[in-house]
Amino acid sequence: MNNPVIPRFLPAGERALVVEFGTRIDDAINRRVLALASLLRTQHVGKNGVQAIVPTYRSLSVMYDPQRLSFEALRQLLLACIATLDENLAPATRRWRVPVCYGGAHGADLVSLAAAHDLTPEAVIALHTAPRYRIYMIGFLPGFAYLGGLDPQLHTPRRAAPRTITPAGSISIGGQQTAVASVAGPSGWHMLGRTPWRGFDLRRSPAFLFTAGDEVVFTPIDDDEFARLDAVFADPGWVPQPESLPGSEQALTETGL
Amino acid sequence: MSARLHVHAPGMLTTVQDAGRFGYEEHGVPPSGPMDPVALHIANVMVGNPPGIAALEMTLQGGRYEVLDAPCTVCIGGGAGAVQLIRVDGSMRALAPWQAHKLAVGTQLSIGAIEYGVRAYLAVAGGIAVPSVLGSAATLTRAGLGGFEGRALRKNDVLSIGASEPPAWLRLCAPEALAALQPGGPIAVVLGPQDDHFTPKEIARFLAATYRVTPQSDRMGYRLAGPAIAHRNGADIVSDAIVTGSIQVPGNGQPIIALHDRQTTGGYPKIATVIAADLPRLGQCAPGQELRFEAVSLATAVQRWATLQQGLAALEQALCADPDFSIFPLFLTP
Repeated sequence: MNNPVIPRFLPAGERALVVEFGTRIDDAINRRVLALASLLRTQHVGKNGVQAIVPTYRSLSVMYDPQRLSFEALRQLLLACIATLDENLAPATRRWRVPVCYGGAHGADLVSLAAAHDLTPEAVIALHTAPRYRIYMIGFLPGFAYLGGLDPQLHTPRRAAPRTITPAGSISIGGQQTAVASVAGPSGWHMLGRTPWRGFDLRRSPAFLFTAGDEVVFTPIDDDEFARLDAVFADPGWVPQPESLPGSEQALTETGL
Repeated sequence: MSARLHVHAPGMLTTVQDAGRFGYEEHGVPPSGPMDPVALHIANVMVGNPPGIAALEMTLQGGRYEVLDAPCTVCIGGGAGAVQLIRVDGSMRALAPWQAHKLAVGTQLSIGAIEYGVRAYLAVAGGIAVPSVLGSAATLTRAGLGGFEGRALRKNDVLSIGASEPPAWLRLCAPEALAALQPGGPIAVVLGPQDDHFTPKEIARFLAATYRVTPQSDRMGYRLAGPAIAHRNGADIVSDAIVTGSIQVPGNGQPIIALHDRQTTGGYPKIATVIAADLPRLGQCAPGQELRFEAVSLATAVQRWATLQQGLAALEQALCADPDFSIFPLFLTP
């Protein structure tokens, strides 16, 4: 590793070990998390008592069977893995161009969020579609993708009154974060728009589209295009495809469900 | 032909649960599964099933279920109180829990209030047959995932039962063997992963306190009420993973124990984690019940799990035949 940072190893009970690379939302910290996640997925998960991993913004939890693997033995294994990491190569292996219908019925908070920042709705859309985001973490609900890379001009405190239900495919902003919701659920975030893609569809293979570490770029579409694509993707035979990023062919085949 | 079960009354919250859905937490999907895995395990073994196969988890109130199409062997485990067998002619007889019963077509099982703890399990030989979703039959109602149509049972649902061999004998589980399995006492926890967000004084307060399980408690988690725990530097952390048994401390200082239907990630400091061996009895805690915690080492946590597994294995060995029916294995429970 170019910049040797020894993380903290913390117990979450006797069946999970937390590798804590940092405590902040930080691109470099998340790169380490995702690099380790990628290595563990391809080489260790499902073997010798290593059962599952949960990468998050800043840490990675490893679920293990303590009857087969001690905390200390797992810590040594992880130290050895971390010593071989090159986080500069790690993160994005795939890029998703996600169509989003901004504003109107699909993005009820676009106008108020724009007003809060003294921007026009068009300027908010331009700022939101400019970055190449990276999926920092999947959590909260099945397939819910938290993205890193939101323009600081769009950082917005969460709504005072959360909504009890927001639709699947919602694109929202909360604090420094923006997200793609995969299923309907409650939310205190600002609704900017909606994608006709289904981030999670059990009838489809793969059931989950996104994996932590993927890149996401938003492409604006209008109401008519939303309706057309919504009908297309209601058929689970239509599977959105990512672009493969250079040097990632092997990883591509291994990240599918 | 396999039996089916007609739901005449579903109880308060009855869901299909198997051992759980593992390996999808990095996709945001929690494990779900039984709140009292020991009860599910034993109830299944009693009817000759593998221990983790799908059964019904009933909460607070049992419900009424009629056997259709073919006889079936059942066992009611967990905290069931009164269980009645209602014959086709309407006459009734009490059935013992923790015992296998072979039921005729047309008979009904009426399971009343859950009296010991809050959850009971109805295991059926062959298991409840529902489609496997991400490798499991467990229901996650919050996401409409798994189980019977992703939801709690409703009146007039009809459940399919898997194929099974007729039982060679009807099993009986000695109550004292059950009681010996899980000693009482404080709920054991391993401190961390964020115990450094609390001063030693606050950790001592947490371990000395008595907490009450509040009514705002469900399969996602238990909200506790008792002495507030103060944070060193505020209650917000950047979200990281939650496990079953994580004890989060939000801004008001009142701990929340994350359980089987929890979120996979969360943003409150976690002072401690309940050990796996104590999750089953935690899953039977009723609103209003008081809890205390004791901190144990990782080695003790692993040892207690091994002891629980040895106890379960010994109990399986010690299952005895129901003295009334064992020599007539093909007879129905009259």
